[in-house]
Amino acid sequence: MAQEVLSGAEIVLKALVDQGVEVVFGYPGGAVLPLYDELFKQNKLRHILVRHEQAALHAAEGYARSTGKVGCVLVTSGPGATNAVTGLLDAQYDSVPLVCLCGQVPTHLIGNDAFQEADITGITRPCTKHNYLVKEIGNLSKVMHEAFYVARTGRPGPVVVDLPKDVLTAKGEYTGPAKVKHKSYKPQVKGDIKAIEEAAKLMAAAKKPIFYIGGGVVNSGVGASQLLTQLVHTTGFPCTQTLMGLGAFPGSDPLSLGMLGMHGTYEANMSMHDCDLMIAVGVRFDDRVTGRVNAFSPNSKKIHIDIEPSSINKNVMVDLPIVGDVAHVLEDLVKVWKSKQYRADEKALKGWWSQIEQWRSIDCLRYAQDNKVIKPQYAIQRLYELTKGMDTYVTTEVGQHQMWAAQFFKFEKPMHWMTSGGLGTMGYGLPSAMGVQLAHPDSLVIDISGDSSVQMNIQELGTLSQYGLPVKVFILNNGYMGMVRQWQELMHGGRYSQSYFELQPDFVKLAEAYGAVGMRVDTVGELDGVIQEMIKIRKPVIVDCRVAPGENCFPMIPAGAAHNEMLLGPADEAEQPDSEDGMVLV
Amino acid sequence: MNTHHQEPVHRHTIAILVDNESGVLARVVGLFSGRGYNIESLTVAEVDAREQLSRITIVTSGTKMIIEQIKAQLRRLVPVHKVSDLTTDGPSVSRELALVKVAGTGEKRVESLRIADIFRARAVDSTNESFVFEIVGATEKLDAFINLMEPLGLVDVSRTGVAAIARGPNPI
Repeated sequence: MAQEVLSGAEIVLKALVDQGVEVVFGYPGGAVLPLYDELFKQNKLRHILVRHEQAALHAAEGYARSTGKVGCVLVTSGPGATNAVTGLLDAQYDSVPLVCLCGQVPTHLIGNDAFQEADITGITRPCTKHNYLVKEIGNLSKVMHEAFYVARTGRPGPVVVDLPKDVLTAKGEYTGPAKVKHKSYKPQVKGDIKAIEEAAKLMAAAKKPIFYIGGGVVNSGVGASQLLTQLVHTTGFPCTQTLMGLGAFPGSDPLSLGMLGMHGTYEANMSMHDCDLMIAVGVRFDDRVTGRVNAFSPNSKKIHIDIEPSSINKNVMVDLPIVGDVAHVLEDLVKVWKSKQYRADEKALKGWWSQIEQWRSIDCLRYAQDNKVIKPQYAIQRLYELTKGMDTYVTTEVGQHQMWAAQFFKFEKPMHWMTSGGLGTMGYGLPSAMGVQLAHPDSLVIDISGDSSVQMNIQELGTLSQYGLPVKVFILNNGYMGMVRQWQELMHGGRYSQSYFELQPDFVKLAEAYGAVGMRVDTVGELDGVIQEMIKIRKPVIVDCRVAPGENCFPMIPAGAAHNEMLLGPADEAEQPDSEDGMVLV
Repeated sequence: MNTHHQEPVHRHTIAILVDNESGVLARVVGLFSGRGYNIESLTVAEVDAREQLSRITIVTSGTKMIIEQIKAQLRRLVPVHKVSDLTTDGPSVSRELALVKVAGTGEKRVESLRIADIFRARAVDSTNESFVFEIVGATEKLDAFINLMEPLGLVDVSRTGVAAIARGPNPI
């Protein structure tokens, strides 16, 4: 059959459609004009015009993480592409599948310091899963399909395709996505069955086991969460989640210990420290999780299931690594558990749970709410209670509000919680919520935000209004960069260096200026009413929720401390001496 | 914080088979610099023109955990076909070539020629006041030769870095 001869721009768009792309987040510019011209002539792809390229990346991340599809971005050369870099690294850290198309100057000008030229494959090499510079039209279709394949398979991640302008205008043949078979890239999906059998054996023998689960379970699909939930219920083992893993196991389940790590629960961290078997699933033993590595869970055997071989034995040596896709490995693990008729050690487990209940009874998330100033924890708790039962998606920015959201908002299902975990990108939440809302137009999408973070991508209120996306931006406004202030209080003698904004915008007027609705709440008595009204409004809303300015986020494992050295609250904090060791850590 | 400090550090020779495409060396080298790994020597050339494959040989050093991590990170790169640790994956041969320029006259000049003979180095260029020696062998042999040339008028050295291959009939 004769191949169709198309322009490079036509080939790119055809490949996107064939890859199942429905929405592209982007911003035009000189180098990508041929693509925008083709976009103008078609109606299969919807283009969402953002206000800043970084936001396009985060929006695509929100879209991808709430749907399981590959997010797609289109930016121009030079500054368009460099503005995308933060979002690319964010997606790289949190394993979000993205394809980012960047314009590039024509091939004959590459290396010439041309107008709006940037060596974007060079710049993005360490912050993408892979990148391509397409120099010949003959490679274009293959590269496009390969980019999507690499982005979504294995440990997902962002892929950049750099497209010189002359390649977009050249004519060439299009080939379909039928069979991408990569020469060298072959992620391992099935786990080693011998290792899985060994894992089941260890689980049956465990006296103090714990499941430690993370974003890899979410990325592996809804089936992986179901299998994991089934396995946790069958065994009766406790289950703690990382920041990225929230929702992979139902947050309100009695077997859930909540989040672990630096601001995790006391029961989760103590159980991790004291367990004799750790079943780590889709996690990477991040420093925010482990605390001081040489004091991390000193007496446990560790099973580690992950699709990424480089995550294994990176920070913590494990006893039984299983490389493979979480869903595949769990399916085999459940099968082995059943066929060998393994049983958990009920008697030992009873003792383990009674210890855990003692830790739980400390009620580490307690806080004192009077009837005047709103405590940030209370605001999130009310937000959670008043939105329960709705199909609610939550995004966050980065800082104290993010940790409080993780502690107090319980997620029953995966893919409903979008936060910048690894990179910790302030300004993530608002554009991410935009992408989530586009994918789920009838759902409630809330960006739980802080007054500092929200200002890093606040221009996207324009995008929300333009496309009628009814995202709710719920700002916990304490006037500070709260987490910076907290660290300065705890580790730098209360010297609040540059962590306070003497001038803040009037968020209500700002919302109105962008065609959104602005609301402000100052007292406990008004809070429920404002939240309920916010939910009802079918427009983008900003709620400026004034909260106690000096509130700290507890519990906390100070940097460089172990899981069993948590600060539970202000009383512990007083005993914490300023430590030079702590100061140098992040 | 870092628990690797007490662990012994070993030198490893790692062979990497990659697609010979634009930027592939930058990916490999960038991985080492970005993650703070050592490169003691680096050798790269195309080895299969039909399949367009290049072979990169890197001599690096690190603790066991770091070496494992280096290999895992290399395998993560999309254009990487194979990674082999020639130090641990069975016996191997490794060779390096150096061109060593020695300038001088009189007794020192004669002495340099005598030592070159002992090391089986060949003079590949000669003037009245200089030699360029070509020497092939293990890194340590080259180091020893260069050290001996130092007092005899050593002015310039060019080394290829290590090329290494597993012993026996099997490919990488």
